[in-house]
Amino acid sequence: MDRPLRLIAGNPLDQLARTIEALLVIASAPLSAQDLADAADDHPERVETALGLVGERYQEGRSGIVLEHVAGGWAFRASRDAAEACARLFERPAQRNLSQASLETLAIVAYLGPCSRPDIARIRGVSADSAVANLVERGLIAEAGRDEAAGAIRYRTTPLFERVFGLESLSQLPRLDDVGADTEQIRERLHAVAEQRTA
Amino acid sequence: MIVRELELDLDAFEGPFDLLLTLVLKDELELREIDVAGIVLAFLERLSEREQLDLEACGEFLVLIAALLELKARGLFPEEAAELAELEPEAAAEELARRLAEYRRMKQAAGWLRERLETEGERYFRLGPAPLAPRLETPLAPQQPETLARVIRLLAVEPPQVSLAHMALRFPPVSQFLDRFRAVLRRRSRFDFDAEVRELSRVEQAVAFLALLDLRRSGEIVIDQAAPFAPIRVARAGEEFADRDERTASWTARSA
Repeated sequence: MDRPLRLIAGNPLDQLARTIEALLVIASAPLSAQDLADAADDHPERVETALGLVGERYQEGRSGIVLEHVAGGWAFRASRDAAEACARLFERPAQRNLSQASLETLAIVAYLGPCSRPDIARIRGVSADSAVANLVERGLIAEAGRDEAAGAIRYRTTPLFERVFGLESLSQLPRLDDVGADTEQIRERLHAVAEQRTA
Repeated sequence: MIVRELELDLDAFEGPFDLLLTLVLKDELELREIDVAGIVLAFLERLSEREQLDLEACGEFLVLIAALLELKARGLFPEEAAELAELEPEAAAEELARRLAEYRRMKQAAGWLRERLETEGERYFRLGPAPLAPRLETPLAPQQPETLARVIRLLAVEPPQVSLAHMALRFPPVSQFLDRFRAVLRRRSRFDFDAEVRELSRVEQAVAFLALLDLRRSGEIVIDQAAPFAPIRVARAGEEFADRDERTASWTARSA
């Protein structure tokens, strides 16, 4: 006796989840939920839900590929336990070897940007020219218009910066501790020196 | 301890302090690139190696480093020099404190970024060229179907047949002109080539000229031309252009 085939009712979002996987695997930069919805020709809400399914499938410890929310979008990366193998296959990315001068310049642009080279030099006390050129070359900062008053080129961090540092967005940068106590101490000492000079 | 012999190992300079000062004074080294704090650290390290405090060296060092700092400050903020000089000492101290505090915060931020790089160093991801450009949509303004149809109908009209007649070159045989010129020369001892071929098409004229050259090669005729582009005169071989000068004059006059 022929039995009717039993249909296995899968998750209705499975097809969309597979499409999202495909889109993420060909993308070289993070894709926002809207980008994915446009490409998949589906509703952003359904895409968000499907991303949940994809995220479950590709989580740390479960697969060699990990889905992460980074730089304002979704992207695949290698799992951490494959890092050593990845390192043997590829050189350490240039974005990760940064000098102290570059890191300080990057911090200023990330926290205070968009800002110009004179702004950076004013804070660091040394010329920012080479550090800025270096960061631009590595793709961590980019030009962002000109200073209206002085006409100097201003810089901001790029999505690559957020990706390298594993940030969902710049708002994930930590609040800087208030260095109030130190400032007060410095101020007192400077006032004392000023009084001596005027005396 | 001799301050000038202090060995420095900075990002922008490596060598004795004395050489650094010389290079800076000669404008061969950008003071902007020099980390003055690095020089102070190097000096303090050397100082701590000794049991006794070398006051003379400290004094000399302070004078040199102060001068260096002033030069550097002026170089970094040329436009601010006047502005800051006008500040009251109290306000200047306030401004300096503000800047130092800001720098300290940024150093702290840089420290956080360094830690983050270390903890996130195991994250490998694809770094490719920019993603493919999104497909551009060029929305059309609302169109009247009738207008569109009319325009398309204009485009759909069969284009007029282009005549290719000029491309079908028919070359008459050279022998045809050989016979013709021989016949002319039997009747007359000489003739004017241009006048003879005037009625022919360009292709026929070209073939006629080939025939002329052929006759010349076989020694049947003599060719003469008074000047470039002047009429070509053809005569039976053996017939000299006896009256050359008069004839040339008359032909030249005719061709003019």
